[in-house]
Parts: sequence; structure tokens; C-alpha cells
Amino acid sequence: MRKREELLYRPPKRKPKKKDVIFILLMLLPAAAMTIWLIYYPIGRGITMSFQEYNLYNLNNIKFIGFENFGDLLKPGPFNAFYGTVKNTIIYVFGSLIPQVLFGFILALLLQKRFRGRSLYQGIIFFPWAVSGFIIGIMWRWMFNGSGGVINDFFMRLGVISEPVSWLSSESTAMLSVIIANVWYGIPFFVIMITAALQSVPMDLYEAADVDGAGALVKFRVITLPHIKSVLILTTLLRVIWIFNGPETIFAMTNGGPAGSTQIMTSYMYSLITSLDYGRASAVGVICTLILVAYALLYLRISRFTSEE
Amino acid sequence: MSKISRKNHRWSYLAGEIFRVVFLTMHFVITIFPFFWMVSTAVKKEQAEIYAFPVIYWPQNPSLENFFHIAVKGNFLLYFRNSFLYAAIPALVGTLLAILAAYVLARCRFRGRNTVLFLFILTQMLPGFMGLAPKYQMMSRLGLVNTVLGILLIYLSNIIPYSVVTLRSFFDQVPASIEEAALIDGCSRFRVVFTIAVPLVLPGIISVLIFDFVNLWNELFSATLFLDSDHLKTVTIALNGLIQKYDIAWGQLMAGTIISVLPTVLLFALMRKYMIAGLTSGAVKG
Repeated sequence: MRKREELLYRPPKRKPKKKDVIFILLMLLPAAAMTIWLIYYPIGRGITMSFQEYNLYNLNNIKFIGFENFGDLLKPGPFNAFYGTVKNTIIYVFGSLIPQVLFGFILALLLQKRFRGRSLYQGIIFFPWAVSGFIIGIMWRWMFNGSGGVINDFFMRLGVISEPVSWLSSESTAMLSVIIANVWYGIPFFVIMITAALQSVPMDLYEAADVDGAGALVKFRVITLPHIKSVLILTTLLRVIWIFNGPETIFAMTNGGPAGSTQIMTSYMYSLITSLDYGRASAVGVICTLILVAYALLYLRISRFTSEE
Repeated sequence: MSKISRKNHRWSYLAGEIFRVVFLTMHFVITIFPFFWMVSTAVKKEQAEIYAFPVIYWPQNPSLENFFHIAVKGNFLLYFRNSFLYAAIPALVGTLLAILAAYVLARCRFRGRNTVLFLFILTQMLPGFMGLAPKYQMMSRLGLVNTVLGILLIYLSNIIPYSVVTLRSFFDQVPASIEEAALIDGCSRFRVVFTIAVPLVLPGIISVLIFDFVNLWNELFSATLFLDSDHLKTVTIALNGLIQKYDIAWGQLMAGTIISVLPTVLLFALMRKYMIAGLTSGAVKG
């Protein structure tokens, strides 16, 4: 940590020259302008829209309606779709995350040891990461096909099921199917991150432990785990945001169905945008934003906490 | 005593090795199978073979007909070109603009620097859909909906924050002493950036460029919302059109999917080091 601080460029303390100010502004301007114009300004507009009745079917009747959009979303009742999406979001995010971390961690550890073809093996198991969540969704939708489908075939050959299951069109199995696809997709990310972290563990610690006759489990607990703890926490927290923000896999596999059983908050928002109810879509967006900002603050707090250790 | 423990040790070692081999093999099969199944479906010519149950794992008369169909009749050659242009141009321009901003954020001390950096990082955590509807309104007022310029601008803004944040951390890892020496020798600051600093972080720049390209190549929601005319469509929009149909032609769809993953899988295979460096630079090296 200290080493990096020393490398940083520190100009002597003096009043900034006009030339420097112009240089800094010119360099920052294009990137900052694009970001403000097409990211922050639209988000700001989105926040105002959430307090408006703003439906593209009814453009002549745009007006401020206070918290009515939020009230509609949060009002309990048999037709309320929002609470279901909150529940689905939690199940989807953590149901995908925990197996991803677990399998990613195990794989990274198993790949520590050198063996012939390891590099090729790593190259191949990273492939899912090269494909988008949307394409992954298409591939798995075909595998989970209810009438034929290779997954049905596989389980029937094993004798687990006796007739084809319509995985994606029954409410009880749709979420599980989407999560399985997403777990498959996310494992390489954790293998990459945890492998990188493991490389930062000094080898001489292991050698010293070997001299002391420590077993594999002890070495893992005393040396490995403390060294990669911060990376593990950070990547896990980061991944939550990505899963939350990326409903592409769901979009391709079930489009939120059947009967909303795989609709998460962000895919619900997109479906409201495509049905042109911008006011209510923005209200969902504001709620998502609040959740993510709270989460991001927590994340930054934890990341500072872990880097100080 | 020591003999027994050594024996135990050998057994646990053997058990560990068996676990390793079994786990790695199973994971390999599970990873590779969806890709195999994609190819296997795409090269099956007969519908009966595609929908056969119990399924036919190994195609009986492999043919490229689905590919020809989707490329020529399905217009995928055009969509492929569009996807490439919409991804490559913003990736190049965006990386260039991000280099400028990232350099300043890494090297210069000025009031508000941390705030600016925080605003770039924050965009990565906000839900992307939040600005989508207002963006549509803005673009339609400017007459840029369903235009190449419109999608280029949106894509450019999509990738800039990530590129700035990542490149800044790359600049941070390189010592500034050579640049300082050049400045004292009277080089202009702009020249220092491009002749001295940029070559030093070139691997980082390449990995950001690849990441931006791949992200835009895969982009789905903005493209489907902003592009409507057939001649402007991307591969992802076309695939989305195919899966929205009631009766999905899986053979052709899988051929289209292969066409769409080919560039990114190739990039990944050839540039794995850069992709991994881009991914891990943020969280691991901090």
C-alpha cells in the first residue's frame, strides 16, 4: 500500500497554474460530458418521471401525481405484482450467487496445482464468460425444452424422472432452471478472480508451514483464507450488483413467466418500459436505485475496511 | 506413530487426488456440453432429427444448411456487420476519451478529483434501465431514434465510465517519474500523455478495448429499444426476434447463436491474458 503511494505523482504545493487548469478541464471534458448527458441527466429525468403520470399511450396527459406511482406499486392486493418481483429478486440473486462462489472457489483451489494441460483446461472452462447472458439464456432455453429437450432426456435416462418435465413453463421449476443457467454462467468469473487472488499469496509462507509440518487444512485456514478474504468479499458484493442489474438470461429463457414466477425487479421494469408506462417503470427504477445506492455505500465501506487490514 | 500418520497422509492425499480429477472432469463436461449441444443442433438438417425424443446426441448427417439459411435469408451477414460497427467504433472512441480522463484522474491533484472519480464509479452500480425511457424521449426529440448516430452515442456513453475507472487503476500502477522528467525537459503535457504514459499502460488499454467491444457486441436492451429498421439491426436484435416467435426454429436459432458468439469466443481464446487482466485489475490490485 505504502509503496503505491510513493509512486503517485505529487506536484509540489503551489497555486495551480492557469495552464494546468485548462489541461485538466480539456482532458476530463469529453468523458465527463458524455457521462452527464447520457447517463446522469436521463437518470435525473427518470426520477422526475417517477412522480408523473407518464404513459406514451397518453402523451397529452402528462402531469405530476406525487407518490401515486409508488403507492400503486406498493399497495397490497391480489393483483400486486411488485412484492413478487422483490421476492424473486432475492431468490434469484442469492440462489445464483452462493453456488457460483462455492464452485468457483473449489475450482480455483483445485487448479492451483500444476498438471499437464492446465492452461488449456482453464482456457476452456472460461468460455461461458465470453458469451453474453442473453445468449446463455437462449442456449439453456433449448436444453430445458419441455417437450423434448436434452435435460429431460438426460434425467430420464438416469431414471430421475419418468416423463418429460416442462421446466420453463411450470411455476415450480422455472426459477430453478433460470438459476441453474445463471450459475453455469457465473462460475468462470469467480474462478478468474479467486485464481488471481491466490497468486498474490506468498509461496514462502506455504514452505514455512511445510517445514512446521502443517496439514493442508491448517494451511488453508491460516494462510490462504486470510490472504484472499478481501478479494472474496469484494467480488461477491460486486457480483450481487451485476446479477441484480442483468436480467438478460431471464429475458431470454422465460421473459419473466410463467405467471410472473421468474420476474425480478429489473426485468419487471423493462417490461413496464416496453408497455410504455414510463411513470411506473421509473418508480420501480427509483426503488432499485435506492436499494443499489444503499448497497453501494455498504460495499464501499466494507471495501475500505478490508483494504485497511 | 509416525508410520501410521504417514499412511493416513498418503490415503488422504489419494482421496484428494481422486476428488480433484472427478470434480475437474465433471466441471469440464458440464461447461462444454451446452456448446456441444448448440453446435449439434445447428448442424442437424432434418426437423425430425432436431426434435427427436429420446434425443439424438450425435448429428447423423451434419450439414451447414441452417447456417446458409440464417446468413443469407435471415440477413445475418448484414446484422453481423452492423453489430461489428456499433461495437468497434464506440469502443475505439470511448477508450480514447477515457484515456484522457483516466490520465488526469490518476496523475493530477485537483479539488473535486475524488468526487469526479466517485461519479464515474457510481454509474457502474446504478440500474442501467433507470435512464432508458428518458433517453428514448431525448433521442426522439433529437430525431436520433432508429439512426446509426443515435446508437453510437448511446453505446459510447455506456462504456466510458467503466473504461475511465479501469484505465485509471492501470495508470496508477505505473510510476510517473519518466513523465516528470519529460515535462522538465519541456515536452508539452499532451505529448507526454501519448508518447510516454500510453505506451506504458498499453496492455491495460488493450484489455479495456476488448472489454468494451465485447460488452457492446452483446448489448441487447438499448439496441432493441432504439433500432427498428431491418437494415440497422444487430445480431442480438435478430436473435431476440427469433425467440419471440411462437414457433421457434431451433436449428436456425442455434446457427445464429453460433454466429453471434464466434467473435467474442475467438477474442477470448486469443486474448485471454488481456481479458483476465481487465477483469481483475479493479478488485484485486485495487
